[in-house]
Amino acid sequence: MPDLLSLFLAKYNYWVVIFLMMIGLYAMMAKNNLVKKIIGMNIFQTAVILFYVSIATKHDASIPIIGHGHNGHHAIHAADYMNPLPHVLMLTAIVVSVATLGVALALAVKAYQQHDTLEEDEIIEQLKTDYLSQQ
Amino acid sequence: MDFPAYGDPESPASQHVSPYYIEKAIEDTAVPNLVTAVLADYRGYDTLFETAVIFTAGLACFILLRRFRREPPQFRLYRHLDTGVTLIIEQGGKEPTDSDEFRRIDSQWVPYDLIMQKAVGLVVPFLQLFALYVIAHGHHSPGGGFQGGVIFGATLILIAISNDLRSTTRRISETISSKLASTGVLIYAGTGALCLLLGANFLNYSQLSKLIHVSTVMARSHGILLIEIGVGLAVAAVMIWIYYNLVSAGRHDEGL
Amino acid sequence: MSAQFPALIIIVPLLAALFVNIAGWIRRSLCFPTALAALVVSFLSAVGLMGRVMADGDVIYRMAGWDPPWGIALHIDHLNGIILILISLVAILNLIAHRTSAASQFTNRLGAFYALYLLFVTGLMGIVITGDTFNLYVLLEISSLSGYALLGMGGGRATLSSLHYLFLGTIGASFYLLGIGYLYIVTGSLNMVDIAGILPALENVAPVKVSFILCLVGLFIKMALFPLHTWLPNAYSHAPNPAASLIAPLTTKVMIYIMIRLILTVYQPDFAFIQMEIAEFIQWLAVIAIIAGSILAYKQNRLKRMLSYIIVVEVGYMVGGFWLGNAAGMTGAVLHVLNDAMMTLCVFLAAGAVMSRVQFDEFKHLQGLFGKMPYTMIAFVVGALSIIGVPPTCGFFSKWYLISGGINAGHYAFVAALIISSLVNVLLFFRVIEISYFEPFANHHHSHNHHAESLFQEASLDMLVPLLVTAGLLIAMGIYAHILVTQFIEPAVLPSLMGSL
Repeated sequence: MPDLLSLFLAKYNYWVVIFLMMIGLYAMMAKNNLVKKIIGMNIFQTAVILFYVSIATKHDASIPIIGHGHNGHHAIHAADYMNPLPHVLMLTAIVVSVATLGVALALAVKAYQQHDTLEEDEIIEQLKTDYLSQQ
Repeated sequence: MDFPAYGDPESPASQHVSPYYIEKAIEDTAVPNLVTAVLADYRGYDTLFETAVIFTAGLACFILLRRFRREPPQFRLYRHLDTGVTLIIEQGGKEPTDSDEFRRIDSQWVPYDLIMQKAVGLVVPFLQLFALYVIAHGHHSPGGGFQGGVIFGATLILIAISNDLRSTTRRISETISSKLASTGVLIYAGTGALCLLLGANFLNYSQLSKLIHVSTVMARSHGILLIEIGVGLAVAAVMIWIYYNLVSAGRHDEGL
Repeated sequence: MSAQFPALIIIVPLLAALFVNIAGWIRRSLCFPTALAALVVSFLSAVGLMGRVMADGDVIYRMAGWDPPWGIALHIDHLNGIILILISLVAILNLIAHRTSAASQFTNRLGAFYALYLLFVTGLMGIVITGDTFNLYVLLEISSLSGYALLGMGGGRATLSSLHYLFLGTIGASFYLLGIGYLYIVTGSLNMVDIAGILPALENVAPVKVSFILCLVGLFIKMALFPLHTWLPNAYSHAPNPAASLIAPLTTKVMIYIMIRLILTVYQPDFAFIQMEIAEFIQWLAVIAIIAGSILAYKQNRLKRMLSYIIVVEVGYMVGGFWLGNAAGMTGAVLHVLNDAMMTLCVFLAAGAVMSRVQFDEFKHLQGLFGKMPYTMIAFVVGALSIIGVPPTCGFFSKWYLISGGINAGHYAFVAALIISSLVNVLLFFRVIEISYFEPFANHHHSHNHHAESLFQEASLDMLVPLLVTAGLLIAMGIYAHILVTQFIEPAVLPSLMGSL
């Protein structure tokens, strides 16, 4: 039992990420309002971003900026600085998630203009009556 | 379990590729901020497409929402700022377009807050200076093109929120912001294409040393600065372009 | 300059997209020529690059001058080379075909439309050409975002369909991102060839297995494999025609390419087919996809929606054929990627041509079209024969390879599903051909104006010529299928297969 607990504590970042991902997926599937679904999508993407950032840390390491500047006399040890590569990848992923959020909101605004509501069940009702009246 | 523990410096993720970046980035590019060096030089091809993604989002909001008005409206509303009186001027009447005392509005009741407008007008220049600082200091401190560009775009959005949308559109029209967004990405891709025309592979900034006569290491550093400027310009322009289209649902009349 | 072909393929359309956006605000007549010129340059560079690959072997292009795995490398072998040529060709044909309908549908926003078009094609070509897993994710998102915008532009139901596609597509891409993150934490590298070198020596295989499943599920969502296909019929049938006939032939095929590339290059067939033990499950899933897609296609009474369900069936062919695990199945799957892109382009262009004259695409509006639009309907018949699988069109040859792969693997359910779905395709297409050939022409929309019937004419020339070129290519690709397979596809697929199984 203490073995399981220490196992959990050593890798708690993965559990946090999984928890956030499940919240995001639940919001996308179960909520009716389009904006709540979009927020759930954003939470889901943020969880993946947190996963990458959490694997970049090292104990007792500082941020990935070489403090001594341009004098190359001090030897630079890799263990003193955090891993910069996941941070770089996640800068890109954050920008991608913001862009997706923008496009999703534009589509939601357009849907509101057409149907006057943002609740998905009401929109589907309207589409059903339109379809049946066309037959 | 086989996943590496949190914060382990010996995990495989920190072993193979990243020690090279940490140890050699200053020798190769003379940029102390490792994230900027990796983002803009080693993986600069990714960053080009990241900027293109932001540009795509701006294009998408424009093409989905924009409604161009075909004929002029029946009447226009003008408000006298000092007294709060609203004038309704029908088509054919004389409109006070150039006067400072009258401002055009779109619905009968629009809040007008003098304090907000003047306060934001005082703060915005400092914010913009800070944004330019963040872009220029991406080499030495956390920052860079994206971060500075977003701050600059946020200042423009602040102006649009505190004044009304129409006066901001008059100052920075949608065509200008769209063309600036394209120009920003063009600066980035153009620098890469310049390196290609000078003989090496795409985005190999060391070739810029043939043009500006510095060492290849400093040429890489200057190349990184050049593309950060392009990225900052593109991001700021796209921020305000998306804001214009989203907040007025494409009609560009009255915002929030 | 020929050493720079890989870069030219990607950056010329990207630069053109930026110029087209500016031109849309200044002088709109420049948009179409710029876009066409950029795609032609891309196509010629792709052909030149394929020539280099066939002469000298794999081409590796070091981006920004850094060696992989510290920099990004573009890696072109026979598989990418042929798909690059395919993507640029489909994009050019579609651009020419929809010149007038795009100009009339999106007058003020034409610059933005062509810019999104070029960005979509750039994203797809970047996906195909890259050798870096994270770069693939960024380009996947560029093509997806421009796809959502292009598909959401029609009025009415297109908005909600595109939003559903956005939700599902983002989940798929995020699963892919998580999968390559798991690969990164056990290998420390992002370059595909580098990861393939590190993976066999690893002791802890659990993260690798999880990453494989995550990447696979993410790609299944994006390629619309049943039961994750629900976004596809709505998104493609409600979209405006210029966008639908660009996106429908290409997106799902490029996602299948990503799956093939991950299995053949990164994870190696030995791991994917033998160690993971899910090949049987995916083969059965593909069989269900083929049967269910065929049944759902039969129930439709609108042309574009029926064609969208046929895309779901074709994805089942390709996934099932690839996961059979033998040479004939994989060859059939890759050949079917090429063929299916062309066939889908042909039938969607024909549907677009029909809809440019008749405003709706329900079957009752298609009566008597053979007499009024003969060339369009002949091209549609060629496309239909190719989807059914009649020689000498190309569809017959890829089905031949898939069936012989199924027989070699002993998976007779897959063979039966292929044959049943071919018969259902016969029913589907002959229903349309019967309505358009045998029924008398009845113009429902101008019934108050009997001049209109004599004015109703063939589709315009710039839509007809690409359609006939595509139909001709279907027959040519069938006649030269043997050359396609031996010169291009077998050198792509067989070495990795032989090397590890």
